[in-house]
Amino acid sequence: MKAAAIKQAAFDPRRVKRDFPIFANNPGLVFLDSAASAQKPAAVIDRVSDFYRTDYANVHRGVYRLSAKSSELYENARETARRFLNAADASEIVFVRGATEAINLVVYSWGGAFLKPGDEVLITELEHHANIVPWQILRDRIGFTLKVAPIDATGGLDMTALAALITPRTKLVGVTQLANATGAMVPVDAVIRLAHAQGALVLVDGCQAAPRMKLDVRAMDCDFYAFSGHKTYGPTGIGVLYGKSAILNAMPPWQAGGDMITNVTFEKTTFQDPPARFEAGTPDISGAIGLATALDYIEALGRDAIEAHEAALTEYGIDTLSRMPGVTLVGAGQRRFGILSLEVDGIHPHDLATLLDQHGVAVRAGHHCAQPLLEKLGVHATTRASLGIYNDESDIDQLAAAIKAAQTMFAR
Amino acid sequence: MDSRELYQDIILDHGRKPRNFHAMAHPSHSAQGHNPLCGDRVTVYLEIEGDRIKDVSFEGRGCAISTASASLMTEVLKGKTVAEAEELFKAFHAEVTGGEAPEMPETLQDDFDRLAPLEGVKAYPARVKCATLAWRAFEAALKGGAVGATVKTE
Repeated sequence: MKAAAIKQAAFDPRRVKRDFPIFANNPGLVFLDSAASAQKPAAVIDRVSDFYRTDYANVHRGVYRLSAKSSELYENARETARRFLNAADASEIVFVRGATEAINLVVYSWGGAFLKPGDEVLITELEHHANIVPWQILRDRIGFTLKVAPIDATGGLDMTALAALITPRTKLVGVTQLANATGAMVPVDAVIRLAHAQGALVLVDGCQAAPRMKLDVRAMDCDFYAFSGHKTYGPTGIGVLYGKSAILNAMPPWQAGGDMITNVTFEKTTFQDPPARFEAGTPDISGAIGLATALDYIEALGRDAIEAHEAALTEYGIDTLSRMPGVTLVGAGQRRFGILSLEVDGIHPHDLATLLDQHGVAVRAGHHCAQPLLEKLGVHATTRASLGIYNDESDIDQLAAAIKAAQTMFAR
Repeated sequence: MDSRELYQDIILDHGRKPRNFHAMAHPSHSAQGHNPLCGDRVTVYLEIEGDRIKDVSFEGRGCAISTASASLMTEVLKGKTVAEAEELFKAFHAEVTGGEAPEMPETLQDDFDRLAPLEGVKAYPARVKCATLAWRAFEAALKGGAVGATVKTE
């Protein structure tokens, strides 16, 4: 009989923290802004640096060994991203600059080719500007209708209203899995079922979900899934658009140049199959390789363990902050996850963020690129604390203590 | 820098109870300032007769720094000539951005000193825009001439 598998050590955020050099270089830093951008583990920083030192050359071009090696590493990174999302095939993974570019790709390529006046695209009030503004720009060009599914009184997506807004005219539903401004989780599986029942595609903005939970785009059955590398502990400038093969195959290029063609004459050019069709020009090779290292790092920690850790820490945060007089958590519906958006009576978020910074607590203050949502919630700006794999209860305690100090100072 | 140097009593006082905080029915000039970073908005109203600022007021929403700065601005601008107001703005802007403030004429020194509590923002680059928002709107109102010019801080 084989020896029992070595039991995976329990998730320990203090040990995880030691993997991130930023904390050694900034003693006392209470980093609660991972929803804006996560810090990078040494493994990612070193991998990018090592790649440039040992294996770098352009991809898909040279016949020499170094270029072949670089191409192999780049395509291996695509395979890692495929595995991370459990996509059926690596050709369904398009490397982009980030989720913003992923959404723009869908809007301009898919939307530009297939949307007509009379069609409808449905987004939700929970969306980041990146899943609102590109649709508005294309709408103004083409003349389709852009509809918005509302939130309910608790700040969660109003599923009844959403269901009523999906009709046979709806061609696509764009929805966030986890609202960046409030931390409201969206039951995307249910949204996808409702949309597919009417023949609409679904684009999921997975920016905040990707670093925090296990994903399976096949089980989810979304048509597009977008996430950013820098929020998943990877480098900036790289991200992923997942699209189902049949859909990507039918889509025209949106940017054109080298690496995305099969033959060019001045009369006619034929294009590569996906994903190359959507990756014109030299891609962010080191970014893709660094992202793969980050995704491997997350997998090694255990995505179920990460989700459980952040869920528990979110609960601890809710518990701690909701006991504080003068502190109100902004509504996030039935399930708040990883993000705590709050208001403090009598202290503007900008002032609060400056005061928290005096205590080494880094948070985001403002509208979090979700102005329509905050408008709907009746707030102009909030202070947002967002969690990462390196945070633990002491970070929440220090946030609470810093808020208390700010309240004392403003009350004088 | 200690946060009490940034949030001096006078800042908190003007932040909580801004002076001249109302719309003006018939301004000769007005402009809105907007900080897209935080969504803060301020509208500055001016009543200018000849070259003198007879009255000035503002309304809007913002943090303690931007509200206090707008409030203090209205206090020092009232009764000044347009040229004096511009001189104060130039000096104030230089002061909070860490530049060399130009020499103030004797007649404006007291007014300039009243803006000194805002000097602390120069240690907080992200907050300088809060302190200058109302002044930028004031400048836009002067330049725009007519009612309704808009200025953004970025």
